[in-house]
Amino acid sequence: MLVLNCPYCGADKDETELTAGGEAHITRSGPGSSDEDFEEYLFGRVNPKGLHFERWRCSAGCGKWFHAARCTATLEVFGTYKAQTTEPPKNIQDAISIRRPGWSWRSFS
Amino acid sequence: MKRFSVFAVAREAMRQHNGWGRTWSNPEPKKSYEVIIVGAGGHGLATAYYLGKNFGITNVAVIEKGWLGGGNTGRNTTIIRSNYLQDPSAALYEKSRSLYENLSQDLNYNLMFSPRGCMMLAQTQHEMRGYKRTAHANSLQGVKTEFIGPERVKKLCPIMNIDGPRYPVLGALWQPRAGSARHDAVAWGYARACSEMGMHILQKTEVTGITKDSGCVTGVETSRGHIRCKKLGMVVAGHASVVAEMAGFRLPIESVPLQALVSEPIKPCMDVVVMANTVHGYMSQSDKGEMVIGGGTDGYNAYTQRGSFHHLEETVRALIETFPMISRLKMLRHWGGIVDVTGDRSPILSKTPLGNTFINCGWGTGGFKAIPGSGWGFAELMAKGESPLTAEFGLDRFRAGRFVDESVAAGVAH
Repeated sequence: MLVLNCPYCGADKDETELTAGGEAHITRSGPGSSDEDFEEYLFGRVNPKGLHFERWRCSAGCGKWFHAARCTATLEVFGTYKAQTTEPPKNIQDAISIRRPGWSWRSFS
Repeated sequence: MKRFSVFAVAREAMRQHNGWGRTWSNPEPKKSYEVIIVGAGGHGLATAYYLGKNFGITNVAVIEKGWLGGGNTGRNTTIIRSNYLQDPSAALYEKSRSLYENLSQDLNYNLMFSPRGCMMLAQTQHEMRGYKRTAHANSLQGVKTEFIGPERVKKLCPIMNIDGPRYPVLGALWQPRAGSARHDAVAWGYARACSEMGMHILQKTEVTGITKDSGCVTGVETSRGHIRCKKLGMVVAGHASVVAEMAGFRLPIESVPLQALVSEPIKPCMDVVVMANTVHGYMSQSDKGEMVIGGGTDGYNAYTQRGSFHHLEETVRALIETFPMISRLKMLRHWGGIVDVTGDRSPILSKTPLGNTFINCGWGTGGFKAIPGSGWGFAELMAKGESPLTAEFGLDRFRAGRFVDESVAAGVAH
C-alpha cells in the first residue's frame, strides 16, 4: 500500500486515507488565454512512465492538499511538500536527483 | 497457413496432430514498410487486418515490445456490449459488436464469441433513470436494449440477491446480444489472418524512438534497428503518452491500473454478464467455470500492471451483497492492466500533429469490446484520411470542447 507523509499534519497516511488529485504544477490559464493554453490546462498531461509530480489530499486527516514526487513505474516516493509553490523545493529536487539523475519536468528541472 | 475445418481436424486426428504448423510467422524485420503499427494488441492487429482486407494494403509491420496480446488484450474481463448513450459511441461499439458476430467465420479462427446477454444493474434511483434514458437512446440508435424489472433480472440470473439490503436491484439495462469472447483468441485470430496476408508481426521489438523529417514521421528506432515507413499508427493503449512523447506531442490521457480476478472453477451457475456500476464490480462465468470479476481503477497514475490491493477487497465486498454465493469462493489469480483514460472517457482515433501519423488510444477501461470496430474505423482513417466511424473521436475535440461525454453515462465500470 502506498504511504505518503502529509507535510501539514505530519501524519503518515495510507492511500485509502488520501485522495489523489492528478498532476501538480499545472499552469492555470484563465479568461483571455488562447485555446491552446486552455486545452493544455484542462487536458494536457505529461502522464510519464517515471517521475511524476502530483496532488494529494489528506482527506481522512487534516483535509489539506499537498504535493508528492513519485515514480509511476516503481511507486517509489521521493518526497512530499506543501502545495503553496510553483515548483518543488530544493530538498525534494535533490532527493530526486540522487535517484533519477538528469530528470526533467515541463518548465523546470 | 492451413484452414481450420472439421476435415482438417479429422485429417490431423489420423496423424497424431503433426501437421498443424505455426499460427503466424516470425520474420526478420525488413528495412522499410508502407505502414507500421506500433502495438500488437487487439486494436493494432485489427487495424492491420482491415488495412489488408478492406484497402489492400499488406506491406505492413505490427511491432510489439512484449508478446502478442500480452498487454490489455490478455488482461480484460472479455465483456462485449454496445449500450452506450452518445450517438458516436453507440455507432462505433455497435459496429464492433456486430463484427464480433461473424468474426470467427471471417478469421477462420474460433473466438468462442458467446452472445449470452449483458445486464447493467440499476441499484439506485439515479441509475434507474440513467439506464431508462440509455435504453431510449439505444432504440433511436438501432441498438437493441431494453430496461427490465427486478423479477426479470432474477429470472435471468437466479444466483443474484435482488433484495439488498443496502443496494437492492431495482432493474437493469439488458442487451440480449451482448456477451463475451475468448480474448487471447481475438489477438491470435487477427495475427494469423494478418500473417497470411504477408504482414510482418514483430514481437519482442521495442520502439525506442521515432525519426521525423519536416513534420512527418520517417520511421521508428527499435531494439532491432531502424525501420522506415510511409505511415505510422500508434496503438499502444496504456503507454500511449510514452510513445506520443517520443513523437513530440502531448495527449489528454492519464494512465492508471485496472484490476481483475478469477475464482476457482465451479459448475455453471450464471449464463449472463452482470455489471453493477454503483458498487464497482462486474462478473461473468468463463467456459472453464471460473467467475471472472472486474473492479474499479486506481485513483492515481501508475504503470505497474498490478494495482492496489484494497480495490480488490472493495470489489469483492461489494459483489458479495448481490451474489451471496461467491463469499465461499477462493480467488485463484488477480492481475492488473494499464488503462489510458481520457477526459471524456471516450477513445481517441485521430490524425496527429505529424502528417502521416495516426493515433488510436484512450479506450480506458473498455477497449476489448471495441477491437473489431476500432480496427475497421482506424484502418479507414489511415488509408483514406477520414472515416465516418472515427470522425467524432479526433484529438481536436478537446480544444474545441466537442466531447463525446461517456463519463456521465458509463464512466464507472466500462
